[in-house]
Amino acid sequence: MKSLPILSIVTWLPTVGAIIILALFKKTQGTSIKKFATAWFGLAFVASLLLLAYNRGMGGMQFLEDCTWIPSIGARYQMGVDGTAVLLIVLTTLLGVIAALSSWKYIEKREKEYYILLLLLQTAVVGVFTSMDLFLFYLFFEVSLVPMYFLIGIWGGENRLYAAIKFFLYTLVGSVVMLLGVLKMYFLTQDLALTSQITQATKDMLAGNSEAVAMVARSVQVAADNGTGTFNILHMQALGSVIPMGTMQVLLFFAFALGFAIKVPMFPFHTWLPDAHVEAPTAGSVILAGILLKLGTYGFFRFNLPMFPAASADESFFGSFGVRSVMIFLAIVGIIYGALAAMYFVVKRDGDVKKLVAYSSVSSMGIVMLGLFSLNPNGVNGAVLHMINHGIYSAALFLLVGIIYERRHTRNVAEFGGLSHVMPGYAAIFLSMVMTAIGLPLLCVFISEFLALRGAFEANPYWAAWGALGIILNAGYMLWLYQRMFFGTIDNPKNETLTDLSSREWIYMTPLVIMSLWIGIYPKPFLEYIERPVNAVVRQIRPTYPIQGLPATVPPPERAAVTNEK
Amino acid sequence: MLLLQANTTALFNAVDLQLIAPELILTLCGCVALVMEVVLPYRKSKLTAYFSLIGIALAALSLGVQWWYTDLPVTGFYGMVRIDGFAIVFKAIFLIAASLAIAISTRYLDIEGEQHGEYYALVLFATVGMMFLGCGYDLILLYISLELMALTFYVLVAFTKREKRSNEAAMKYFLLGAFSSGVLLYGMSLLYGVAGSTNLGEIGQEVGRVFGSIAADPASDLAKLRPMLLLGMIALAAGLFFKIAAVPFHMWAPDAYEGAPTSVTAFLSTGSKAASFALYARILFEALPSMRADWAPLLGLVAAITIMVGNWAAVTQENSKRLLAYSSISNAGYLLLGLVAGNSYGYTGLMIYLLVYTLMNMGAFGIIISLRRRGIIGDNVDDLTGLAQKAPAMAAMMGIFMLSLGGLPMTGGFIGKYFLFGGLLERGRTDGKSWYYWLAGWAIINTVVSFYYYVRFIRVMYLGDRVADDQPLSLSPALQTALVASLVGIIAIGVYPQPLIKIVQKLVAP
Repeated sequence: MKSLPILSIVTWLPTVGAIIILALFKKTQGTSIKKFATAWFGLAFVASLLLLAYNRGMGGMQFLEDCTWIPSIGARYQMGVDGTAVLLIVLTTLLGVIAALSSWKYIEKREKEYYILLLLLQTAVVGVFTSMDLFLFYLFFEVSLVPMYFLIGIWGGENRLYAAIKFFLYTLVGSVVMLLGVLKMYFLTQDLALTSQITQATKDMLAGNSEAVAMVARSVQVAADNGTGTFNILHMQALGSVIPMGTMQVLLFFAFALGFAIKVPMFPFHTWLPDAHVEAPTAGSVILAGILLKLGTYGFFRFNLPMFPAASADESFFGSFGVRSVMIFLAIVGIIYGALAAMYFVVKRDGDVKKLVAYSSVSSMGIVMLGLFSLNPNGVNGAVLHMINHGIYSAALFLLVGIIYERRHTRNVAEFGGLSHVMPGYAAIFLSMVMTAIGLPLLCVFISEFLALRGAFEANPYWAAWGALGIILNAGYMLWLYQRMFFGTIDNPKNETLTDLSSREWIYMTPLVIMSLWIGIYPKPFLEYIERPVNAVVRQIRPTYPIQGLPATVPPPERAAVTNEK
Repeated sequence: MLLLQANTTALFNAVDLQLIAPELILTLCGCVALVMEVVLPYRKSKLTAYFSLIGIALAALSLGVQWWYTDLPVTGFYGMVRIDGFAIVFKAIFLIAASLAIAISTRYLDIEGEQHGEYYALVLFATVGMMFLGCGYDLILLYISLELMALTFYVLVAFTKREKRSNEAAMKYFLLGAFSSGVLLYGMSLLYGVAGSTNLGEIGQEVGRVFGSIAADPASDLAKLRPMLLLGMIALAAGLFFKIAAVPFHMWAPDAYEGAPTSVTAFLSTGSKAASFALYARILFEALPSMRADWAPLLGLVAAITIMVGNWAAVTQENSKRLLAYSSISNAGYLLLGLVAGNSYGYTGLMIYLLVYTLMNMGAFGIIISLRRRGIIGDNVDDLTGLAQKAPAMAAMMGIFMLSLGGLPMTGGFIGKYFLFGGLLERGRTDGKSWYYWLAGWAIINTVVSFYYYVRFIRVMYLGDRVADDQPLSLSPALQTALVASLVGIIAIGVYPQPLIKIVQKLVAP
């Protein structure tokens, strides 16, 4: 009966690797450590491929695990993933291998600590995606800060101390405020007046399959037996549909939103990001942009939207505007501001390429937020897919910047020019990623940006117009950057002797290019993974919204409350 | 009154003695330790330390027997002593604190050249005082125990008698401590004046009666007692604010902590603080529960200010002992939140956090002690520079102690803070008052500030290539054991707190 605990294996495998390195390798064995660590990351990647067996036709939470952990406070060791989490986990493990490979030359000191921290970071991040218990989620979410702090602080650039502590404290502010929200939600699960209103239909829809429904029922039962609340995420989501709209729901929404918005980062909480990126080592930037930012958007998708559906859809709480309006406004400002700031670093005489990519991330994450808060299947599908795509192309761009930095020890745009003459392979890969970033058809970002903007258009054409403006600006600075770096003649003699990509660099760049093409040409399998979870979230917020291929069967919660017997 | 009647038969019987068996054992060991100091030659005075540890182990054993074989709660000595779950938990915390304090002291006293048996005897006597604070149920007994603890600490703070700073610190601590004891005593006398009894339970009933009739008829004669009771409560609270070093009565703490021998600082900041909280909780919840509406806002306000002042003042400190002193001030604020909440969550939080706080603070001071050697003070934050290269294991331990002090998940500090904040939210819901929510929000935002200075230790240890000096650390087996024990405790409580929560909740269940 008991099947292999795949999720636990995928989550804890990196920690096992870290312990092995800690115990078996000496400080001086840098070469064997990096080989072992990379192999171990490969192992974790292969293990995570097992998750692709996720039943797309069934949807909902799968690969469930459930153990007793701290019954006194109602926390259980519960794991489970839906399609969105599966894709994000596979992306994480893939970027793990790539990050390890890309560090072989870049990291020259304290290799042992470096690879241990990289492995621990992976456990924390994967744990965030696999947790089905809010308490467990919170542990992973907050602990993920520590390895990143060290990665930036020890192996970072000139200004690393400042950047590391800024990153740490900034994101901490959000997560401690979220802790209050977590606690409040927990106490609400003990409020019988509310929990008795939850309909079975809501639970069925959110859980998606009978096994997950059974797990929720079991958790609630155990909690009731112990006289505690429960941290089960699905139960809390279902609870969200009956929390009355009002100050409390809005405050809870913002308690969670602050934590995630800083992680995303949404304007105006983005200022830590450029500093962290510029100072972080290449692999740190790859993980930061590729995965850590997604913790924020994933949090919005997993918690804010389904748990506070009324607040998420609200447009009138503050009088002429509401919670959703605030989120959309910040998303649009982020898109435009990020793009303009990125452009500034091309125009500037000595702009830092890494800073440019960092600001382009702010812009891209704005698109994700816009898609999420358009609250329709197209928009949310696009947003979730854009998380994956951004993970691919921003990671690739940071890797590419890292490659040139290893050779020239500068990232200044003005230092380069005509690189395509000496590094044709590098130029080709760079071009493919620039084209991905600006959303060229047949490459992955086109699909997701198209979907997200279409969703935004369905909600409000003006929002889509602002988003499109951001994309145009995006294309502008990316092409300009490419032109300045790669075209023309080599006017800097230092660039004449640069070598093209080594085989190791080819190995870790190729998968990203392939993924970009694959999602761009044939996105159907990827969309299949995320479709059902996305529909459930949209349904939770708007029970009557027409969704293609899905009848509006679930009654609105207000009506359901009346018919409930208990 | 009861005492006088009892005179005709016997003052106490053997059953009563069993109730205070742990304290008796410790007192006995303390006396023997004093004798050992006279008998043993100087280079063997470390034997006294091991003897004291055995004494503590025996006391712990008898405490365990008490817990296991007695139907709690029991009272003895005509209601003066009350053994209940509350007392057991606190006594366990005191014994842990005392044993860790002795374990980290031996090496330190060697380096200071002050290895005397009296030191350990004083530690044991202080522990006896604390333990009576845990189980005392009578104002007189509580006051005497508090003074027993305080007096021994005055001596301990001045223990390195050739050190100027140590003497200065002891003088400040003594003057302010004596003053605060006076204030406390004044509050106690007012309570006695109203209730006509020194027994906490009887005071509780009497005060409850007074407030009950005031509520029924605001114009009754008893209403005149209210100002008196308020004054008594405020005087008591103020006296205890001194003892736990809460703002605005915190000024003595940084000086005393910095000047005292490091091992004493460790004991002072954990054991003495825990004991004062035991006294606080006893008085507030047993004698003055009906005045909750008056003292909860007062404590809440003081907690909010204490948390802020402690955290912000710690940010600029260079001396690690001083920094940890401010950190301990802010932690007193967090612990006050447990009293403010005053429900099952708050209570559990108070006890778990006190235990965890004892472990992590002892650990942190233990690391600082290991940096101490002749000629180098070792108590500046910068003295830890590059510790990660020199002694990776010690650096990792210090890092975990610091993250736990801040309250990072997967460490014990998080579990404690979790309960404290949860208690506040729960109280806000049951009382329907929003200020509890704001207090929780304020406290939690301030933890971010605290991370800034805790992470500073990590920064100097890890994020640099410079190493302060390459001299080996001064470690002893006892110190290492203490550090590892603290570490294991913190991690175990952080990852799997279930057994501890269960024990604590069962023991303090109202």
